[in-house]
Amino acid sequence: MAVEERIEQSPERAAEPSGTPDVRLERVTKRFDDVVAVDDLSLEIERGSFFALLGPSGCGKTTTLRMIGGFEEPSAGVIYLGDHEVSGTPPYKRDVNTVFQSYALFPHLSIFENVAFGLRRKGTRGGNLKGKVEEMLDLVQLSGYGRRKPRQLSGGQQQRVALARALVNSPRVLLLDEPLGALDLKLRKEMQLFIKRLQHDVGITFIHVTHDQEEAMTMADRIAVMNRGKIEQLGGPDDLYERPQTAFVAGFLGISNLLTGEVSGRDTVRLGDGTTIRVRADALDGRSGRVAVGIRPEKIRPDDQDPNALQGVVRERAYIGVSTQYIVETRYGNVTVVVLNDRPGSIPHSPGDHLTLSWDPEATFILDPMEEPA
Amino acid sequence: METRGTRIGLGVATVAVIAFLWLPLLLIMAYAFNSSTIQSWPISGFTLHWFREAWHDPEVRRSVELSLKVGLAATAIALVLGTAAAAAIYRFRFFGREAVSFLLLLPIALPGIITGMALNSFFNFGGVQLSMWTIVAGHATFCVVIVYNNVLARLRRSSPSLIEASMDLGADGWQTFRWVIWPALSTALVAGGLLAFALSFDEVIVTTFTAGAQTTLPIVNAIVFVVILATVIPVTIAQRLTGDTGVLRRGAAASKAAAAATGGGAV
Repeated sequence: MAVEERIEQSPERAAEPSGTPDVRLERVTKRFDDVVAVDDLSLEIERGSFFALLGPSGCGKTTTLRMIGGFEEPSAGVIYLGDHEVSGTPPYKRDVNTVFQSYALFPHLSIFENVAFGLRRKGTRGGNLKGKVEEMLDLVQLSGYGRRKPRQLSGGQQQRVALARALVNSPRVLLLDEPLGALDLKLRKEMQLFIKRLQHDVGITFIHVTHDQEEAMTMADRIAVMNRGKIEQLGGPDDLYERPQTAFVAGFLGISNLLTGEVSGRDTVRLGDGTTIRVRADALDGRSGRVAVGIRPEKIRPDDQDPNALQGVVRERAYIGVSTQYIVETRYGNVTVVVLNDRPGSIPHSPGDHLTLSWDPEATFILDPMEEPA
Repeated sequence: METRGTRIGLGVATVAVIAFLWLPLLLIMAYAFNSSTIQSWPISGFTLHWFREAWHDPEVRRSVELSLKVGLAATAIALVLGTAAAAAIYRFRFFGREAVSFLLLLPIALPGIITGMALNSFFNFGGVQLSMWTIVAGHATFCVVIVYNNVLARLRRSSPSLIEASMDLGADGWQTFRWVIWPALSTALVAGGLLAFALSFDEVIVTTFTAGAQTTLPIVNAIVFVVILATVIPVTIAQRLTGDTGVLRRGAAASKAAAAATGGGAV
């Protein structure tokens, strides 16, 4: 489908020099009474990217989104859409559209009229309107549903109407406020891929708010992990997972094993009992003193094939289907190991078994030692 | 899960309550067609004589006209004040909000006679001449509640993000009111208005005829027949409006219960 052609760029947007970020937040703070929801946050979102704001509830991600949409005004700082400062501009004058958490479809209007709502406000009429709405319904695979009312549609269909209603206006930025929260797991997975494909097809910048790390990693090109109103780390899904910079990020995106020790060389860390393990030199980055060495569970092998090795005893085992998870007790505490079940036959290790664990130094990351993963 | 016994028990109780409420009314409605002047069962013959008599009785005509005027005026006042009050209570947090909400609801809890006496002495104290407008004021006190309740219930079950969605899609304040808020509230307003009118209309009749209780002329039955229809029909329409075209499907049950509760007071 040549969808790109359908989405017309506004002349003002086309005139901007390429490389202008679609959204820019400069030292934005939002206070509600004495609670600081967003704390001195700066952020640039590249045109045409799929960006996720990820974090636990109360981390400020939704407030950030609502400030971009114009539903909240920053207490301090400036927000730009393209090269326009939008502080004080009401939502109906901003070139952004939102897919709300509850979809917020207009219950008294048909699906067609819901999608047509934004176009009608801009004065689009007649065949032009009809054509655009029907194209958009087609794009979200709901052609033929135009005459129905929102309550006659399933949750997944309502979700797609909400997407169509926002995208038909070809906004500069589409904001998605936890749009998949109300769907069941299977449908949520389908919608994740659907929305990602849609974003790729229309080429509009999407900003997606979620507390689900898997969802963010599945959908987004870039993710800002937020905690207590600040961005903990910003990067691609693989950056965040393989090279988390804070214990919060390491803990929020999956499980990680942390071993505390003293830096003893360019790429070595000595653990409490004198065992020296090798780590990635660029991860250590000239640090000295105490550090925490992090290893993801699936990077650890239940054998001695890799340079770093630890002895332990299997304490617990959980069969997950695609993989088996072991909790192994070592001298440095419990270590979680995930082994892919890629061979036919029985699961090789049982509770009580003695095991050698090993991992590649390249698979490690380094954190400050005092923090505990959230 | 309720047992078979409780189901039957509840069924019997429900039928008994409905019968208690409606049988006397049905009896009077039947007497309206009674050819005899003596009210006794079974009725001695069928006639429309009392309707004719009532229609031509100037005093009855004046009462009905007054009732209509008062009902319409009180409903109009109730629509404006009730909607404004509901919007304020829903939208804003202000000092005394709970108190205002309570005071608005109080008139339906108070017996009509208390409200009447209180207003009467207030008008006397203030030197206000009793007129149609003082009756309108009295009726407005309880009509406002009906509209207020209907509109507030509708606002509470409309998603607040609808307004944000409308603004997000380029509608300014006025357009949002025109295309989103008004369609969501309109049926609640019509329903509230109908209920308020029904309540006002039969209140006048009750007042008038309890005052002249000693002359139980059979034309009273004919009038009561008309009045019952004039109240039951708007209440039924109101209930359908709030039940079927409500904003959210799952809100319909709650609204029906509300309509039934307010309707119960009116009939």
